[in-house]
Amino acid sequence: MSKRIEVRDLNVYYGKFLAVEGVSLEIEPRSVTAFIGPSGCGKSTFLRTLNRMHEVIPGARVEGEVLIDGNNLYDPEVDPVLVRRQVGMVFQRPNPFPTMSIKENVLAGVKLNNKRISKSDADDLVESSLQGANLWNEVKDRLDRPGSGLSGGQQQRLCIARAIAVSPEVILMDEPCSALDPISTLAIEDLIEELKQEYTIVIVTHNMQQASRVSDKTAFFNIAGTGKPGKLIEYDETTTIFSNPSEKATEDYVSGRFG
Amino acid sequence: MTTAAAPIRAKQRPGDRVFSKSAVFAGSMILVTLAAVATFLIVQSIPALFADGEDASILDSNFWAYVGPLVFGTIWAAALALLIALPISIGIALFISHYAPRRLASVLGYVVDLLAAVPSVVFGLWGIGVLAPAVQPLYSWLVDNLGWFPLFAGPVSGTGRTILTAALVLAVMIIPIITAISREVFLQTPVLHEEAALALGATRWEMIRTAVLPFGRPGIISAAVLGLGRALGETMAVAMVLSATGAVTFQLLTSVNPSTIAANIALSFPEAYGINVNVLIATGLILFIVTFAVNAIARWIVARRAEFSGAN
Repeated sequence: MSKRIEVRDLNVYYGKFLAVEGVSLEIEPRSVTAFIGPSGCGKSTFLRTLNRMHEVIPGARVEGEVLIDGNNLYDPEVDPVLVRRQVGMVFQRPNPFPTMSIKENVLAGVKLNNKRISKSDADDLVESSLQGANLWNEVKDRLDRPGSGLSGGQQQRLCIARAIAVSPEVILMDEPCSALDPISTLAIEDLIEELKQEYTIVIVTHNMQQASRVSDKTAFFNIAGTGKPGKLIEYDETTTIFSNPSEKATEDYVSGRFG
Repeated sequence: MTTAAAPIRAKQRPGDRVFSKSAVFAGSMILVTLAAVATFLIVQSIPALFADGEDASILDSNFWAYVGPLVFGTIWAAALALLIALPISIGIALFISHYAPRRLASVLGYVVDLLAAVPSVVFGLWGIGVLAPAVQPLYSWLVDNLGWFPLFAGPVSGTGRTILTAALVLAVMIIPIITAISREVFLQTPVLHEEAALALGATRWEMIRTAVLPFGRPGIISAAVLGLGRALGETMAVAMVLSATGAVTFQLLTSVNPSTIAANIALSFPEAYGINVNVLIATGLILFIVTFAVNAIARWIVARRAEFSGAN
């Protein structure tokens, strides 16, 4: 279910603008990796290259390789649609489909994969996915109600349920708690801890406490200035990054001296 | 001791007052106009509703027997036009909003808007002069080969000026409005929802099906109703293109065709006198009611799933 991610010399461009330069790192299966850094340093951009979602923006392209268990995502024969079925994503703001019920939202990805699914299988999948997202007990009596009627934190867990329903190998989370209150944030963090048993998780966060709470390894990104490309400054065990980083910039950032 | 303080009043500025009064005036003008038109229609219609063939020369027996086929023709022509125009319009709108490169999209948008600016009399001329002769051979072929299908039963019209041709002209006339509204709605689909679909592994078409179309559904319905309203009331093009006999028939390709209320008024009014004028005005009242009913049904459809609309 979970796979190793290897990134080699990745450059990300928007048109002619180099947004992220020369990133190489390895992400272990069944681990949580956090990307931290100031706004605009390219950590979200880099995250989106891991399931080719950056290509949605016209003019975006990539040089280098991203290997998931040895297979290059950017091989010319690879279909980005298939990549995204393996590498799920949770966004900054909860985005359940407003025209669908809670149940339809969970099944949205499965239905896309053109699989015929029997009613009992569908019900089982809805239950297990919502259980997996710690949402089942709160919504089991109103599965046919619209997903947009839930609270923000519940909506975000619904989005996580929707992502895990297609059984991806990796889950990318782009600041998943930035629109949530502290209690909902805690619920998501607990959930990340559980999801780690089965999935490889990569999370972008602005909240350094969150990075130190949930992640095994942390990557620090930074830019030299506006218009310059973002770079990976340091990548290490989370405890090392927060207690004894080897780069001065990392230490300044995590200790709150800038950013 | 002082008495209880007077409630604090918001300061009234002259600018605010002028603006609010003029807004109220503008809003009430709509109601006044509507009431004036409705009163005119009803008052003028009353004599016609109880008239028979002796009072009004255009009536055979009574008013309802006269207006029935016209109502049928109006709705049939408009429904055909909508059936043709809606899929094409949604296709154009999706192409402009989600497929075409930006430059081509804006050019196409202008072209479609330009189509809306063509006067209906020009469409009428085009219908008679170009479209009808052009489709007549096709109609012959349909009657010869698919004549067993009730809608395509013969004998074929020699001029091509049938109800289907009128519906085609109407479709061309309502495509711009349906396209323009649908395009606006599709462009407003939240990027978040589109990305949600793509991140689940949706292809572009699947993304449109899961995110764009459901989100745009109320807008599509509104657009369709506006188009239908225009098709129901369109006068000139239908009056020119359609060679009507006043029959009630679903056959699309013969020379026996129902007329529509608006076209019938335009064609009969110049020679009408006495109570015949009231009869024609009464058919106008019926058209007003039909259009109103179509709007009401559309509103009901949109409201039925308001909870799932994404507006909350």
